[in-house]
Amino acid sequence: MSLLEIKNLHVEIDGKKILNGLDLTVNAGEVHAIMGPNGSGKSTLAYVLAGKADYEVTDGQVLFDGEDVLAMEPDERAAKGVFLAFQYPIEIPGVATMTFLRTALNAQRKKRGEAELTTPEFMKRVREASGKLSISQDMLRRAVNVGFSGGEKKRNEILQMALLEPRLAVLDETDSGLDIDALKIVADGVNRLRSPERATIVITHYQRLLDYIVPDIVHVLSKGRIVKTGGKELALELEASGYAQFQEAPVAAE
Amino acid sequence: MAELTLMKNAAEQQLAAEWTAAKAKLPGAAPLRAAAFETFAKAGLPHRRVEEWKYTDLRALMREAKPLAVRPDAAAFATLGETDAGLGDLDARRIVIADGYLAPGWTDLNESDPGITIVELMAWLGEADLFRLNSIPDAARKDIAVSLNTAFMTGGVVIHVRKDACIERPIHLAHVFSGKTAAAIYPRSIVIVEPGARLMLIESHEGPDGIDYQANTALQIFAGDGAHVDHVKVTREGDTALHISSLMADVGAHARFNTFGYTTGGGVVRNQLFLRFGGEGTVANIRGATLLKGRQHADTTLVVDHAAAGCQSREVFKSVLDDESRGIFQGKIVVRPGAQKTDAKMASHALMLSDEAEADNKPELEIFADDVQCGHGATAGDLDEDLLFYLRARGIPSAEAEALLIQAFVGEAIEGVEHAGLREALIEAVQAWLKARG
Ligand SMILES: Nc1ncnc2c1ncn2[C@@H]1O[C@H](COP(=O)(O)OP(=O)(O)OP(=O)(O)O)[C@@H](O)[C@H]1O
Ligand SMILES: [Mg+2]
Repeated sequence: MSLLEIKNLHVEIDGKKILNGLDLTVNAGEVHAIMGPNGSGKSTLAYVLAGKADYEVTDGQVLFDGEDVLAMEPDERAAKGVFLAFQYPIEIPGVATMTFLRTALNAQRKKRGEAELTTPEFMKRVREASGKLSISQDMLRRAVNVGFSGGEKKRNEILQMALLEPRLAVLDETDSGLDIDALKIVADGVNRLRSPERATIVITHYQRLLDYIVPDIVHVLSKGRIVKTGGKELALELEASGYAQFQEAPVAAE
Repeated sequence: MAELTLMKNAAEQQLAAEWTAAKAKLPGAAPLRAAAFETFAKAGLPHRRVEEWKYTDLRALMREAKPLAVRPDAAAFATLGETDAGLGDLDARRIVIADGYLAPGWTDLNESDPGITIVELMAWLGEADLFRLNSIPDAARKDIAVSLNTAFMTGGVVIHVRKDACIERPIHLAHVFSGKTAAAIYPRSIVIVEPGARLMLIESHEGPDGIDYQANTALQIFAGDGAHVDHVKVTREGDTALHISSLMADVGAHARFNTFGYTTGGGVVRNQLFLRFGGEGTVANIRGATLLKGRQHADTTLVVDHAAAGCQSREVFKSVLDDESRGIFQGKIVVRPGAQKTDAKMASHALMLSDEAEADNKPELEIFADDVQCGHGATAGDLDEDLLFYLRARGIPSAEAEALLIQAFVGEAIEGVEHAGLREALIEAVQAWLKARG
């Protein structure tokens, strides 16, 4: 059984069709890259997987581990192991980063029937994970993402991923706004989590990230559908030729 | 327009009868009481056409006036539980005022701190002049709730902190309603903090659910030049109680004055703050957090009078409104002629947890000086869906995510409480409120 199976997914927002019969299968152990022009529906797909309201699924199915994900609340999905690194992580004034991390981690553990982490154990994990991502103690002392630079916010997303150890991580343009050093740090963080049980979907516009996180499969998303699928060389091809060839792809005859 | 004499309603008639019966027995300050009662008798209870009371029509809300509470007897005083006012094991010197009377068994007036003296209000009234009692800000003088308190006040304390004394241990004035049937209580206390002295004062108000008692409480604070006063008021009256409080503060030069009001209890609550900055260079933080549910109604009405130059005041009020509750904030900042370089910023924010809840907001600036920085801002809104989604996407269930955001919202006001132990206690009180909300 595949870890994630998306079949014929149709999604609208405010009556506007955004995903138009999207199919995607991701097996445990794989890294998929999704590329595609602005507005093609990449973030929409990520949000629908994570369970954001506002999006109306008008047709299709999403199975995670064989279970109907679309019927689950966002927090249930997270506890099952779905993680979204947001394209634009938001600031949460007044909620301390440590409180947030601990609440999230323990809520997921509780849902899975695991014991809550003790304070020393939690602190140890945060120290280790933040150290590897070059996240300072000062950042951890602040409210979630408040006053973080763009790149710091992205690293904070990866810190959360490292602590929550999801089975499926969806990274929505985590590379945008990162300098070269940060890009390597983030890529290392993602690669550390690669394992036969887990899978990653990397949404990106740039080949550069894929030099560090080498994908097994690359997809092109255009107008709400996967219009081409290939190996890692497809990303290089796109870098050279752009998306023009896909822009006119016919929207499936309905 | 011809002067209109309103028909007295039942409550007004009962108050008049109560006055006639009680005035000879009320201890001390007879002329002051009589003048205050006259102010009430002329105006009647405030109603919605009285601008300051526009959102809290006391005439309509107070159908009847409850009889004046009698002094609990020794046995009743003895059964008073040690109240913690929901503040846990906060270390404070506790003074219990039950039904408007200082409770002897629970109060240590003689603790050996040479910097501070505490006497019973009526003992003080007997011997000293009435100067302090009558020294109240203009806006409060014509207020009917203040007048009624002055007319009927039964007891409380006078706290006197000597010049330059630093009182380390907070003083906690714990007001409780101990009656089994509804009654009206009128506590009054006076706090004098001499120049350069420092005091942390907590005032709490509690009572049982299901009894429609009426509390009209007043506190006067006189902070001298260079004094540092922190005041925290915790209001957790019973769910059908009417609570009216008036804080009157007169603050000198180069002082620090912080007040924080935390309100979760009472059926109808009116918190009035009349603050006057009469000396230069004072810095004040005036904050409040109100958390309401059911059909609770709470009104915070604030008058900040910048009467001297170069003072800074920050007003931050937060309300969390659930179910069919109603939260009101009226804030007026007055800058007197000559109070140049005044820096006053007022913000009030309401977080609406239900479509049935209502927030009313009326900020006012009355500025008579030209070189000032004053402003106000107000918002009312729901919990931010994007923030909730972010938290939930990390596995935090909906109720817990809401609780985190509500706490963060209220936290901005609580942050201003300088005493760490008290700040923690207040945060825990918010958590308890959220837990009860479910
Ligand atoms: N809340 C919304 N209301 C209306 N339209 C929306 C909303 N969210 C997304 N859209 C539209 O849906 C389309 C897909 O948006 P989406 O964010 O998924 O694109 P994307 O592929 O992630 O683009 P980018 O590469 O710029 O991040 C866009 O045309 C966008 O304007
Ligand atoms: Mg996007």
